[in-house]
Amino acid sequence: MSKNLRFKSSKLVDETYRISFKFNNKTYYGYKGDTLASALLANDVHLVGRSFKYHRPRGIMTAGSEEPNAIIQLHDNTSRTEPNVRATEIEIYEGLVASSQNCWPSVDFDIGGINNILSPLLPAGFYYKTFMWPKSFWEKYEYFIRKSAGLGKSPKEADPDIYEHRYIHCDVLIIGAGISGIMAAKMAAKNGLKTLLVDEKSFLGGSTIYDNSEFLKINNQITSSWLEKEINEISKLKNLEIKTRTSVAAFHGYNFLLARENLTDHLPISQRKNKVRHRLLKIRAKKVISATGAIERPLIFDNNDRPGILLSSAVKKYIDLYGVACGENNILFTNNDTAYETAMSMVQRGIKVNAIIDNREEIVSKLSYEVEKNNIKIFKGYTVVDTYGYKRINGLSIMQLSKDGQKVIGKKIKLSCDSLGVSGGWTPAVHLFTQSGGKLKFRENDQVFIPNKYPSDQLSIGSCNGDFSLEEITTNTILSVKKFLNINDIDYNTFEIITGINKSKRNIWLLPSDKILGKTKSFVDYQNDATAKDIKLALREGFRSIEHVKRYTTTGMGTDQGKLGNMHALGIISETAGTKMGEHGTTTFRPPYTPLTFGTIVGRNVGEFFDIIRRTPIHDWHVTNNAKFENVGQWKRAWYYPKANENMHQAVQRESKAARECAGILDASTLGKIDIQGTDASEFLNRVYTNAWSKLAIGKCRYGLMLNEDGMVYDDGVTSRLDENHYIMTTTTGGAANVLGKLEDYLQTEWPELDVYLSSVTDHYATISVCGPHSKKIVSKVIPDLDFSDEKFPHMSFKNAKIDQIKCRVMRISFTGEQSYEINIQSNYGKSVWEKCIEAGKDFNITPYGTETMHLLRAEKGFIIVGQDTDATMTPIDLQMDWIVSKKKYDFIGKRSLYRSDTIKDDRKQLVGLLTENPEEVLEEGAQIVADIKKSPIEMLGHVTSSYYSPNLNKSIALGVVKGGKKMLGQKLIIPMENKNINVTVADPVFLDKEGERLNANL
Amino acid sequence: MFLINCPFCGEREQSEFKAGGEAHIERPKQPTELSDDEWAEFLFMRKNIKGVQFERWNHAHGCRKWFNIARDTSNDQIKAVYKMGEKPPVK
Repeated sequence: MSKNLRFKSSKLVDETYRISFKFNNKTYYGYKGDTLASALLANDVHLVGRSFKYHRPRGIMTAGSEEPNAIIQLHDNTSRTEPNVRATEIEIYEGLVASSQNCWPSVDFDIGGINNILSPLLPAGFYYKTFMWPKSFWEKYEYFIRKSAGLGKSPKEADPDIYEHRYIHCDVLIIGAGISGIMAAKMAAKNGLKTLLVDEKSFLGGSTIYDNSEFLKINNQITSSWLEKEINEISKLKNLEIKTRTSVAAFHGYNFLLARENLTDHLPISQRKNKVRHRLLKIRAKKVISATGAIERPLIFDNNDRPGILLSSAVKKYIDLYGVACGENNILFTNNDTAYETAMSMVQRGIKVNAIIDNREEIVSKLSYEVEKNNIKIFKGYTVVDTYGYKRINGLSIMQLSKDGQKVIGKKIKLSCDSLGVSGGWTPAVHLFTQSGGKLKFRENDQVFIPNKYPSDQLSIGSCNGDFSLEEITTNTILSVKKFLNINDIDYNTFEIITGINKSKRNIWLLPSDKILGKTKSFVDYQNDATAKDIKLALREGFRSIEHVKRYTTTGMGTDQGKLGNMHALGIISETAGTKMGEHGTTTFRPPYTPLTFGTIVGRNVGEFFDIIRRTPIHDWHVTNNAKFENVGQWKRAWYYPKANENMHQAVQRESKAARECAGILDASTLGKIDIQGTDASEFLNRVYTNAWSKLAIGKCRYGLMLNEDGMVYDDGVTSRLDENHYIMTTTTGGAANVLGKLEDYLQTEWPELDVYLSSVTDHYATISVCGPHSKKIVSKVIPDLDFSDEKFPHMSFKNAKIDQIKCRVMRISFTGEQSYEINIQSNYGKSVWEKCIEAGKDFNITPYGTETMHLLRAEKGFIIVGQDTDATMTPIDLQMDWIVSKKKYDFIGKRSLYRSDTIKDDRKQLVGLLTENPEEVLEEGAQIVADIKKSPIEMLGHVTSSYYSPNLNKSIALGVVKGGKKMLGQKLIIPMENKNINVTVADPVFLDKEGERLNANL
Repeated sequence: MFLINCPFCGEREQSEFKAGGEAHIERPKQPTELSDDEWAEFLFMRKNIKGVQFERWNHAHGCRKWFNIARDTSNDQIKAVYKMGEKPPVK
């Protein structure tokens, strides 16, 4: 591989700046401006990968983002390595390391290549059909299939690079900076519109920017010179922002687009430090102009996938842009005039063109005459029927096409070559247009889908709109952009265009062969190894919808999303099924247009910034005192406070005992708090809670249960009456935002006549709960002025007080069943009051406890936790909480649903207590509950919702929901586990102090 | 992501809003008078039409006001935005 195929005459490549890089462990050299693909081709390397299914050798096929074959693994370290990078897009930099994918042990010798020989045994759907039987064998197949499948390796460590997101608002977004995009940008920006022009390449000007052909002229200037002047002019325009290396990934409704700006991938590694790698642009444009160009189609013939076979336009780009020839012995194969432009580029540089094989019998363009003048043999009305060479094409054979193009006739002619450029005409790049919801129409004469109905304020111009000739592009761009932007003042007058090409084309989706189809490998989707044969098989097996054929054959399902072959698949389907093209529609193009890295998608929202973290005012104390934390919604809550070598169980047992025997202290600041005011506040509470509120005296607290309209428990909490028309409601920690939303919804939409105002005050107060038989002594020390006697300050009441002149509210409510006081104080005093309580409780063994102990203590009392013991299918009746459902109230949210035929059934799942036969055995939460273990299938009666070892009762306790559980008191049930069956007895869910004596118990 | 013209704040991105399902389903004034079927009609049955649908939306990360929109579910075009209690201005 010592050949040098570089020709010195490219403006894009800086030949004074040599760059070394490694591909498959071998060092090569290229120049600044090269892509990995162009640098490899300059070194005469075509074989870059193996195909997905048959592991056939594959080479570089294109020069752009549509590349199906040359996808490589970039970087060799474990944190930055990236699979599926298109060699045609990545610009080389000093130190680049890349390797082939999907081959083992090497791209030159790949064991999977055996699949190519076995291919008659591997038709479409092979894996679905074969490895499903017998089912038990899957485990044995899986290892080998997984090892041989998959493209590339994912990184194993966190991505060290920086990514970010940015919003952009503009009047006009122009996607693509080819001729039409540049003209549109100039027209828009010169008329004062804030314009953004983006292009996925590193340079502006699109495919003709380095075209030096005498046969492509605008106003008597060679197109590339004309374009350079235009680019020079627009780059000075103030209200035009130009972004290169920026690929639009998604075009959503309402002209919302996502684009990835690539900022550092082309820089030497040493220059990337602390720089943003990719930026995701979130663009909201008043108007969008798509000038995304067109993608050249390959041709479908036997063995059309060998390394050395490229699109003819790619051959031309490698010459014009990078000064690289794809071979020394070239042949072109075409059904239209494009290949003649390639031929002329080659002739200009003195690159040998052996022959042009053209499907058309008559060729009548200026350019074709010019090509013939240069002594290039043109085979008119011929087709390629086969190609030769395993790792690189070394020849091909051709035959004449019959008049109708259905057969080949005459003698087979063999030609030798080391590179073949193919052109099957052009497909407008309508991907973004269809993503945005645009509908396509099919144009019969040249067999292309073009934009039809625009779903938003947008326009397609240039070849993505089906305008392929320079005259059409310039004329139509001016006309349609003028109208679209509603502008008059433009620089462009009439264009004088010279082109040498003619629009004629002979479109044959699947070229005929002298072999039967079953013996050919005519690839339609290169990346997924889907052949014409596979598509016909799918039709024979009854698939009709294009979407089904796609999934069955995997056509268009690779990382390239079938940018090259989808049209041929459609063509072959309609030919075989005898339907008209266009009737089937196309498969859906989905974002992203080209793959995005995960880093780009998440931007800065990583680690700590992934989601908001809410901390209570007392958080720092918990940290200092060795708390372990648990996430509750966005809150960090103290979970338990291990001492020395304690594990979680030991800590929770100690905390739980202390809370009942001496005193415990809990940070309850996260509970949702809603301030409710207005003359109808009581009536409002009557409507939203199941129980009655009108008679609650000022200064008193009451527990409330809130349902959804379907009768299911939604939230619970204690609400206190602060004044005649003033309440404060507490909600569960996780439910706070939703409860407020729900209450606002009813107030605004169903009961606008009610005079009620709601404010969330969750963050305004710190809540410190002190419980246990010593609690009264402790809070008395903290607030000595307040009378804590049971007569003056009974359970379920509150008092306003002051601590060091700071107002606070003390509520005597209990979630543990112990005597308990909750101090609510302005947040910023929370930590100091907490510390005061700890200090005051020192002599009473005050023990801080976390959420785990709180859960255990309330379970001993049979208090539910909404969301743990309920799951939106539990009514208050199911929870054995009938006592809280008012019979007298005419209506409340969910009332009517409590006597629907379904909710009054006896065999609904109901909350019960569960006691294990062995008191040491603690059940697993979520475990299934059954009655009859021998029944087949076993009937699932319910599941365990809460389970703990109670240190205060010295036994295991659990809550669970069981079908018809209310009537099962004392009945034995079974919890089947992986290795054993656990016997349990249904019990009352209140395990401790059913009489509630502890609420007033002092030591 | 579409833009919604909140009647109280003006045009904002969809991510600021919360969808609240079909509009103009009034909570029965006397639920206890209804049969199971009538109550189920209110509680569960929604039209889910292809075409212009009247929907409730809430500017959850803005003014927190509820309002109605007429949205074509086939292409997300919003035909009208109107306040709670008002009749839809389009068919």
